[in-house]
Amino acid sequence: MKMNGSDILAEVLIEQGVTTVFGYPGGSVLNIYDALYKYSDKITHVMTAHEQGASHAADGWARVTGETGVCIATSGPGATNLVTGIATAYMDSIPMVCITGNVPQSLIGRDSFQEVFITGIAMPITKHTFFVEKVETLADIIRDAFRIANTGRKGPVLIDIPKDITAAICDFEKGNKIVTEHDKFRDTAMIDTIADKINNAQRPVMMYGGGVVSSEAEDVVREIILKSDIPACRTMMATGVLGFGEEQDLGLVGMHGGITANRAVAQCDLLIVVGARFSDRVALKPTHFASKAEIIHIDIDAAEANKNIPCHYFLVGDVNEILKLVLPKLQTKTNSDWATQIAEWKKIDYIPVDNDSILKPHQMMDVICRVAGDDQIIVTDVGQHQMWATQFCKRIAKKSFLTSGGLGTMGYGYGAAIGAKMAMPDRNVVHITGDGSFHMNLNECCTAVSYELPIVTVIMNNTVLGMVRQWQNSFYGDRFAATDPGRKTDFVKLAEGFGAVGYRCENIAQFEEVFTKALTSKVPVWIDCAIDKNEKVLPMIPGGQTVDNAIKE
Amino acid sequence: MSNKVLCLIVDNSSGVLARITSLFSRRGFNIESLTVASTDDDFISRITVSVHGNDQIIEQMINQSLKLEQVQKVFILEPELSLFRELLLVKLSASEKTRGSIREIADIYGASIVDLSPESMMLELTGKPSKINGFIAILSEYEILEMCRTGINALERGVPRHTVHKVK
Repeated sequence: MKMNGSDILAEVLIEQGVTTVFGYPGGSVLNIYDALYKYSDKITHVMTAHEQGASHAADGWARVTGETGVCIATSGPGATNLVTGIATAYMDSIPMVCITGNVPQSLIGRDSFQEVFITGIAMPITKHTFFVEKVETLADIIRDAFRIANTGRKGPVLIDIPKDITAAICDFEKGNKIVTEHDKFRDTAMIDTIADKINNAQRPVMMYGGGVVSSEAEDVVREIILKSDIPACRTMMATGVLGFGEEQDLGLVGMHGGITANRAVAQCDLLIVVGARFSDRVALKPTHFASKAEIIHIDIDAAEANKNIPCHYFLVGDVNEILKLVLPKLQTKTNSDWATQIAEWKKIDYIPVDNDSILKPHQMMDVICRVAGDDQIIVTDVGQHQMWATQFCKRIAKKSFLTSGGLGTMGYGYGAAIGAKMAMPDRNVVHITGDGSFHMNLNECCTAVSYELPIVTVIMNNTVLGMVRQWQNSFYGDRFAATDPGRKTDFVKLAEGFGAVGYRCENIAQFEEVFTKALTSKVPVWIDCAIDKNEKVLPMIPGGQTVDNAIKE
Repeated sequence: MSNKVLCLIVDNSSGVLARITSLFSRRGFNIESLTVASTDDDFISRITVSVHGNDQIIEQMINQSLKLEQVQKVFILEPELSLFRELLLVKLSASEKTRGSIREIADIYGASIVDLSPESMMLELTGKPSKINGFIAILSEYEILEMCRTGINALERGVPRHTVHKVK
């Protein structure tokens, strides 16, 4: 059948199972939007306030569904506005297909109006970029983009389509949804070695990360932890996935991880790292990281082998598949001396103190986890509130804690929450943010209102840029440069201005009342929560140091 | 730290060189020389990169390059199993007086004289990098006006060990 490039784009998106795209129209994508108009019964287009919001929304969609997120932007500024969202997805290995329009090929390379070399700009923050030169190649390029985004370590792919291609006509044949496969793990001797190491370890620790989420290995990780009695800590990317409060749970590891978790890593004789990559926020001092341990590293990306921390055994492959091969070879055992030691450490670990007259972040997280239920989706921005949410998130649910881990993108939250709520309209979506992060992308409230997405935004408002200010307090002699902007934003009025609802609260009882009410709202709700600006994220291991140098107050 | 010569078998398509140089620069890998050209297969180009680094860095260079969509294969060309060749063009200031002695050096190294003017001579030499280096060292007695060298081109001896799958 003959059709134009824009219709081909719509057809292939539908063929690949896409039901919702996030974007913003413009000159170079007029033909594409004309096709979206035509195909509006099959593809829902969500128009955001800003292309950055669209890119984060596609990312949020992908994180909760496990499917590929899709966003569309016009050429020039539309394309460059996607960049932060693409980089965010790249750092956290989130599958996305980003489509940008460009000027017609006759105008390429002439500094034309709204022309930018987006395939070059996006090169270091994507798995691959395509520039479509012939309409005949368009359909296969889009299919290829979906394949690349989902093969091996997942990530974003960008397709730049010049305007003439979106109008050019060629034959189109329907295809099938791309099913990605990975190489089977065949090294059975290695599986035996690993199982042997775990069976014989006296002081094992497991450290699991985002790879567990993307390979859906939560259940087998849990089984291994329980069967072999392995104390387990998580990186931020695996928050809310497993075992909070269970005997083996060590909580978060790294800079703002628990003292116990970091001590356990420092003292263990075997560290099993699953779907994690030893970032500098985890392995703060590489030469001293798990220095008493043999390290087993399991990851789908071969390039993670010995990148940051040298390991003794590296297994390349899907962590779910590999762990399922390891599990039956493990002996059921207990490591009672090690468990006793860890229990002792837990007794003297940092525990935040309750206070019912002012708002304390850990108590707010208790309320959020309890009231909004296990099924809720939590989305954070970046800063102190993000770390509190990560430390004190007690509910366990798969693919339900969305945060910008690798890039640390302030302003990620609201867009991602919109993507999550579009994907899962029946689940509570709670967006936890700070006043700093929220100011970056709160414009997306208009999107949440337009599309009737009752997202609850909890603003931990300490009136300052808390995380940077905390560093200025700890390391810069209280010289608070540019962290106390003296903003007078009235979040309640601002919410109302957008057509949302705003509340304000100052203690935990008020917060619980307001938050409970907010969950029943039909429109977006903002809850402005007053937090003491001297509230810190604790404990904290300064960059480049060890648990022995942890700051506890 | 050691010097290695890597061979990258890549798709012969636009942008592939930019992707590789972008990767090497953003990860802080040092490139000493790089050559690229198409091959007998229209769909394949071959990139030969001379690099410097410890084992961990070389491993990263290979593994990170392999993640690029257009890179088919990456392998180390071991010196004892491979032929390394470079081409040098060097232009010397040369008068009637010095021409004879320069020609003598060129003969010893098997270099050709490819251009002559009243004040200059241009020499061409092909050989392994150490030979090129030696030649340049000897010529430093004279005034070098301009020079350029191609960087290392290399092939393994014997039947290829690294078969390349043809791409569509």
